[in-house]
Amino acid sequence: MTTPPLLSMEGIAKSYPGVQALAGVNLELGSGEVLALLGENGAGKSTLMKILGGAVRPDAGRIVIDGVEQSIRSPLDALGAGVAVIHQEFNLVPALGAADNIFLGQEVARGPAGLAWIDRGAQRRRAQALLARLGADFDADAPCRTLSVARQQLVEIAKALAAGARILVMDEPSAALTTPEVAALHDVIRELRREGTGIVYVSHRLEEIAAVCDRVEVLRDGRNVGGASVAAVNRSDLIRMMVGRELVEEFPRRSGTRGDVRLVVEGLTGGTAVRGVSFEARAGEVLALTGLVGSGRTEVLRLLFGADRRDSGTIHLDGRPVDPRSPRAAIAAGIGLLPEDRKLQGLVLGLSVRENFSLPSLARFSRAGVVRRGDEQTACAGAITALRIKTPRQETAVRGLSGGNQQKVVLAKWLERHCEVLLFDEPTRGVDVGAKVEIYQLMNDLAAAGKVVIMVSSDLPEVLGMADRILVMHDGRITGRIDDAATATQESIMELAVT
Amino acid sequence: MTHDASSMVRTHPAGNFLRGALANLGMTWVLLALCLLFSALTWSEQQPGGAAAARGVADDILAAHATPQRVLVAVRGQPDDVAYADILAEILRERGATVVAVVKGEPKEARAALAAANAAAKPLDVIAGSAASAAWALFTDLPTDFPALGSPSIVQPRPYAWPNFLKLENLLNIANQIAVIAILAVGMTLVIMTGGIDLSVGSMIALASVVTAVLVRDFAGGVEADTLGMLLAGLGGVAVGALAGALSGGVIVGFGIPPFIATLAMMLVAGGGASMLAKGQSVYQVPDSFMWLGRGADLGLPNAVVLVLLLYGVAHFVMTRMTFGRWLLAVGGNREAARLSGVPVAGTLLAAYILSGALAGLGGVVMASQLKSGSPNFGQMYELYVIAAVVVGGTSLAGGEGSMIGTLVGALIIAVIQNGMNLVGIESYTQRVVLGGVILAAVLLDRLRRR
Ligand SMILES: Nc1ncnc2c1ncn2[C@@H]1O[C@H](COP(=O)(O)OP(=O)(O)OP(=O)(O)O)[C@@H](O)[C@H]1O
Ligand SMILES: [Mg+2]
Repeated sequence: MTTPPLLSMEGIAKSYPGVQALAGVNLELGSGEVLALLGENGAGKSTLMKILGGAVRPDAGRIVIDGVEQSIRSPLDALGAGVAVIHQEFNLVPALGAADNIFLGQEVARGPAGLAWIDRGAQRRRAQALLARLGADFDADAPCRTLSVARQQLVEIAKALAAGARILVMDEPSAALTTPEVAALHDVIRELRREGTGIVYVSHRLEEIAAVCDRVEVLRDGRNVGGASVAAVNRSDLIRMMVGRELVEEFPRRSGTRGDVRLVVEGLTGGTAVRGVSFEARAGEVLALTGLVGSGRTEVLRLLFGADRRDSGTIHLDGRPVDPRSPRAAIAAGIGLLPEDRKLQGLVLGLSVRENFSLPSLARFSRAGVVRRGDEQTACAGAITALRIKTPRQETAVRGLSGGNQQKVVLAKWLERHCEVLLFDEPTRGVDVGAKVEIYQLMNDLAAAGKVVIMVSSDLPEVLGMADRILVMHDGRITGRIDDAATATQESIMELAVT
Repeated sequence: MTHDASSMVRTHPAGNFLRGALANLGMTWVLLALCLLFSALTWSEQQPGGAAAARGVADDILAAHATPQRVLVAVRGQPDDVAYADILAEILRERGATVVAVVKGEPKEARAALAAANAAAKPLDVIAGSAASAAWALFTDLPTDFPALGSPSIVQPRPYAWPNFLKLENLLNIANQIAVIAILAVGMTLVIMTGGIDLSVGSMIALASVVTAVLVRDFAGGVEADTLGMLLAGLGGVAVGALAGALSGGVIVGFGIPPFIATLAMMLVAGGGASMLAKGQSVYQVPDSFMWLGRGADLGLPNAVVLVLLLYGVAHFVMTRMTFGRWLLAVGGNREAARLSGVPVAGTLLAAYILSGALAGLGGVVMASQLKSGSPNFGQMYELYVIAAVVVGGTSLAGGEGSMIGTLVGALIIAVIQNGMNLVGIESYTQRVVLGGVILAAVLLDRLRRR
């Protein structure tokens, strides 16, 4: 008799109003196995993992762990069954230290039952040991809000280990990490695999799959479309399984030539994050701004957009000075920003697709303060088709859209604004391969139309594939300028980024 | 793909309104259920009055007796009874009966009339009265007392069964009672939708009522005041509310003070200011015509009710169709995302508090008009009822969602509960307990429905 797999999910179904998110999905995971769960935006990956983690109840199906059927009705049930899910939005209490977060709800206590107090010393030692096992040595007492995203993620993993999880789910863990941080995360995953943990790894970055996963399972429209051993498939096989068609190029070529200098930034300074940044951007090119997280890339965009206070520096667009004191002023001057965090900065989650879409352009859609609903709906329908946004209706609240489709709504709203300068901060974070190509195509079209296109990205293949010129930042300053991106490599960029 | 087709469907304004009402169906059902409950509980025997009663009695008389009849009408001196008697007499004459006399007053006047008829020695067929006069002792032994009259039968309007709750005057009563709360709730919905709260609206009623009454007393000629003077005084009350709203809004937006604290302070300032201005007393030196807004009824409906309907119509349009409404929702749903989308966040917040203050001021003017005075004691605890109405109406205290129709339904629910309990005769202390429980239950029900 063969031993049952560590985890087996059978016939899982879940529907939301207007969408069948999952229609009878099966999933198996062995111990010491890293399974890549792949699929287009809205394929149902997150929903499946939320069901496993007890955050969402399935309409049908069963979950069997070690041959025993489990009834998982809450995150607590899931933890009890040995399942820990690390969602893309972390569940840490910002004001508490790493140790307190790791042992939240299962505090290391001393004293008689009912009167027990937390043994902070022991708790700190154990937390530090767990973090050390993950290769981290930062202070376990530092409040979590002061930790970088990568470290917060390690705290989440340590939390899962402390709870004794044998099945670990990571939903797009690399989306907010830089290349070296992703490599470190993969080391942690390999270590956990050696210890026999079963891991489900959800990601849209296909190069990571070969690096760390053993097997892939692909979903499309809430169904299994196939699985394979990683060794047996190549990149284009994966893409074909996910998208259902061949993708000609991952980074479409741009037509047209570079034009005149349009945007000139000199001595841009704001707080300590950005110190004396100068650069120019031309019509017809895509300018990439890269570097480690915290190097000041995002802050440069925010200063240009008036989202943060600019201490000094000048900005000229087409020879005329612009002074973006607020996002409203920046927008009026023709500048648009796709912020990096769609949920916190990009979208009003409770509002509909249509309402989010038209928010920056309301003035154009209204007369005397009254919104012309018809125009708004027509434009929104056009954007939904053009960007292939997967939503049941325009009136659906964006909260109910999958991560990648939410990102497309943010994109749509800024494209609709017809800006002269478009600042893209991690434009393809969480977007599937097919949609990425569409977004790249849109960026190319904008550049070809003579707009200024500036992109911040941590995804180095994306930077190399899309940019004409690359600026590398470190510690608030530009430390490298690569004027012909074709000559750059991941290594040459990383070298500039860490010095 | 299906979503393309459905996203092209254009929504009709009326359809939107209906959908808004349906979205609050949960609460609308609660409202209907409450109305049914109180109708059942107040089901009782009604004494008809006026024209309807007169017609009924005339029919009864003419059906029971062969023509021509001789009728004496006898009722008490109350206006209702007098109207009934006059109409009855007219109908009877029209239809060929002889009305011997119409007595409107005391039993002894009726006795005099009977004596006169007795002296004339013409028999009497019918004595028509109201429920009250028909029971007069005088009529119990007619053949002995007035032998010449024969044995007239005594006729009175037939009682019918109908809930006290559903009588027209009670429904208008509810509408009048809720007018002030409903007006304030419009502004409160705006503020709560941004994720804020306005605790100062109750005190603002007091302040605006006092300001208006004092302006009428001191500058518009007191009891001799003319329409223009009163109009300006009322606008003064509204303006004071708007100013106070601008102050709290300015502090909230400019210094990042939590709305709870800023408006709590404003509640104390406005309440104290009202007392200072009125020297702790009611101000009632206003003309009778001052009651036009609160008590008048020019269009068949009370003016205050017309005002409420108008306000909700406008507010619903603003919320669903105007840029400002969209901004409010965006600011309440995600302030940072709204800011980064170019929404004038500070201006939107400020406008919400100014509107809330101005509407609270308007509520104060309406209450002053209803009670024909201004007093620092007006509006106490109103902020709580108003917040309850908004929340019961489905607006989330976290901001970012809500509807004006829902708020109106919420306000009605609270009014119906209060009015119903009054009718059923529940003590006022108990009423508060019940009201609290019902508010909790209503919100709980809403939560369950949204799951
Ligand atoms: N709370 C919800 N309410 C309504 N619909 C939902 C909800 N959550 C998910 N859906 C729908 O279920 C489908 C699957 O969503 P899910 O988040 O699982 O996709 P995903 O595979 O994780 O996509 P992505 O790669 O974009 O993150 C989508 O069509 C989405 O719109
Ligand atoms: Mg997802």
